[in-house]
Amino acid sequence: MLGGHLDEYGTYSTAQISAAIPYLYGINAGNTINDMANSKLIVMFGCNILETRQSGGGLSYELFEARKKGNARIIMVDPRYSDSMAKLGDEWVPIRPGSDGALIAAIAYVLMNEGLVDQQFVDTHCLGFDEEHMPEGVPAGNSYRAYIMGEGPDKTVKTPQWAETITGYPAEKIIRLAREIGSTKPCCVIQGWGPQRHANGDTISRSIAMLAILTGNVGIAGGGSGSAESVSQIGFPRMPEGTNPVKTRISFYTWVNAIDDYTQVTAKKMGLRNKEKLDHGIKFLWNSSGNALINQHSDINGTRKILEDESKCECIVVVENRMTASAKFADILLPSVTPLEQDDIIQQGYQVDQSSLLIARKAIEPLFETRSQYDICAALSEKIGKLLGQSDLATKYTEGRSQLDWVKHLYAQARAKKPELPESFDEASKIGLFKWFPMPQKVAFKAFRDDPAANPLKTPSGKIEIFSKRLWDLNQAWELPEGDAIYAIPVHEKTWEGPCDYEGMKKHPFQLIGHHYKGRAHSSYANIPWLEQVAPQQLWMNEADAAQRGIRHDDMVKVFNDRGAVVVRVKVTPRIMPGVLSLPQGAWYTPDKNGVDQGGCINTLTKTHMTPLAKGNPQHTNLVDVVKI
Amino acid sequence: MVACIDGHDLPQGVMWRRVAEYTGGKWVRRANGTYDQNVFSYYTSVSCNHCQNPVCVKVCPTTAMHKDEQGIVSVDPDKCVGCRYCEWNCPYSAPQYNKQSGRMTKCDFCKDRLAAGLKPLCVEACPMRAIHFGEYEDLKKQFGDAVHVAPLPEQSVTSPCLVITPPHNAQPVGSNMGSIRNPEEM
Repeated sequence: MLGGHLDEYGTYSTAQISAAIPYLYGINAGNTINDMANSKLIVMFGCNILETRQSGGGLSYELFEARKKGNARIIMVDPRYSDSMAKLGDEWVPIRPGSDGALIAAIAYVLMNEGLVDQQFVDTHCLGFDEEHMPEGVPAGNSYRAYIMGEGPDKTVKTPQWAETITGYPAEKIIRLAREIGSTKPCCVIQGWGPQRHANGDTISRSIAMLAILTGNVGIAGGGSGSAESVSQIGFPRMPEGTNPVKTRISFYTWVNAIDDYTQVTAKKMGLRNKEKLDHGIKFLWNSSGNALINQHSDINGTRKILEDESKCECIVVVENRMTASAKFADILLPSVTPLEQDDIIQQGYQVDQSSLLIARKAIEPLFETRSQYDICAALSEKIGKLLGQSDLATKYTEGRSQLDWVKHLYAQARAKKPELPESFDEASKIGLFKWFPMPQKVAFKAFRDDPAANPLKTPSGKIEIFSKRLWDLNQAWELPEGDAIYAIPVHEKTWEGPCDYEGMKKHPFQLIGHHYKGRAHSSYANIPWLEQVAPQQLWMNEADAAQRGIRHDDMVKVFNDRGAVVVRVKVTPRIMPGVLSLPQGAWYTPDKNGVDQGGCINTLTKTHMTPLAKGNPQHTNLVDVVKI
Repeated sequence: MVACIDGHDLPQGVMWRRVAEYTGGKWVRRANGTYDQNVFSYYTSVSCNHCQNPVCVKVCPTTAMHKDEQGIVSVDPDKCVGCRYCEWNCPYSAPQYNKQSGRMTKCDFCKDRLAAGLKPLCVEACPMRAIHFGEYEDLKKQFGDAVHVAPLPEQSVTSPCLVITPPHNAQPVGSNMGSIRNPEEM
């Protein structure tokens, strides 16, 4: 309403997979979880549904039921033996973080060598598999096959022997895994959002999808695209957001760059969209109910220096109901209500087999001076309207409605979609929760699979672009830092602090990931003593590694690198690979007077280095060391 | 665990339901830096098994610990002197000492909720619908004869009214292949 705003693309959850998969398939989609009832084999990469998609109507129960119906064998690829593995996994394939691309390249080698590739599918539905099916204008030797067979620029054959040193998973086991994937149909290959949240997530996400493509499991029931699952839901109308006349978008991850030195945030360097460069930097930050300011964004020590510099960002407003790390950085802190103190209408979350609508009425009136986001903005629109001489600004914003009026309005719109909902809002309020089930099993890209000519994909060629000319061109057009590149095919991408950074490992020998913990939702509820009691913050460390350093279960340890240091209790366990540590993400950054984080927050240790394609967050790519204190 | 703690307003340290992580297996490094492993892990959730032969009742010096007509074992707080002898004897850690009140407390099968026709809190809360309740004989009919798994003790000790559907990677009672790896969470 005030002329528009700089917009963003991408999220901390899915930056790389959301950016990369559309280069393969045109859009990002997967089969729904309930379709796994049709699978004979399920191979899950970093897909920990039982810990990350809980709740009674959530995907965890869905997955469990699908497996009961279909009896699929489940293989889990993950550096950590997750709770999903404990409950549902038949076989654990532990590989080093960030090495999925190497594992998959070797599997592709076996599939190709042993005639297990679905050649017919690949020939009719794909571009770039071999030299005979490449787009115009690309020199020879750049097809996927050439890459795997060592006939490309790197002259390296991607054998299981080559992959075992990178992954830590023995060559003969890679061969057996490849044979099983190649000869069991339907096979559902699926990934979570962990593998893509690496420095090489732009290629890892596509590599995992390659398994589904090579074996011809795309677009069939019980198969899948190899991307993450899709959910089917009834989309109910939401609060309108108005039209933003400003089309400029930065990658969500580069908001700090736009504060620190906006001249660097250009289309060529940092993926600025719809504009060549920014005209000015971000001077004012409004942070609502988010903990990405400090806590969830990378490199806390580096980021806080930028935020503390008032010549850069001059004002930070935070709207919160808890004193989070982000709240502590506010110049102005506005106290917000909790969900219990406001009326709301909520659509389902991550559910598949059912869709739902919840009328959530406030349990109590807002305490003290807290206000809801809506009430804060409505009051602001009135004040700003007065300042600008636009007396109707407030009315334009609220449309004459209170928050409760909006809930009633949205409910009426929902009724238009589902007329069986009660006519009376009061009656609907009393019932509260409405469910519709079962939702249909959905197979991604089925129409394309059945008839690729009649139903082309939204890629330039209309086919699955194993080789993407657009990515090939982007790699030439964009300015990338030394060591970064955009790859036209899904390769094993070597990066800083990755499993092949042997130089870095001399100083910091452990790879550190930050798995999403069942004890909280990111950083929400990390401060609840009851939850801390049953799910305390702990660094996961392999038994042999711990023994070597005289570290025992429940000891206090310091985990550190050049970016910062964290003190935390350790969980000594065989449930994580040697050479790998995991510090569950979302713990609250709590620096002592020396700047050592006592809260166990992984972002004290992560690096600000956007991925080449998505310009996204590589928060699972870190090298650290650990000592007992 | 948390639904129970919340619903019964339990102070920190008092846990009427406990989830044990039973884990075992080892890693072996090959000369070329790759690994073999045989790691396994599973969880067992236990509150009080309202045993047929409740040793807590047997040893209680004041008769505070008792089994009622429904079969529910619970503590009469008026009689309990907090000697903790039941805690020593229960092989499932069901009796939990409350520092604030100086009394023993434990899972009482949410008997107030049962009387109101509601389900126990844990049964309602479990997102995987893993916890069921009812008459022991009915549960055995529905889920099969009671076969317990590590880290639970031999059933012959107290004859617990607990039916377990073993997880796919279960170890038998008395196994030394693994151990409880989350004592700090219980």
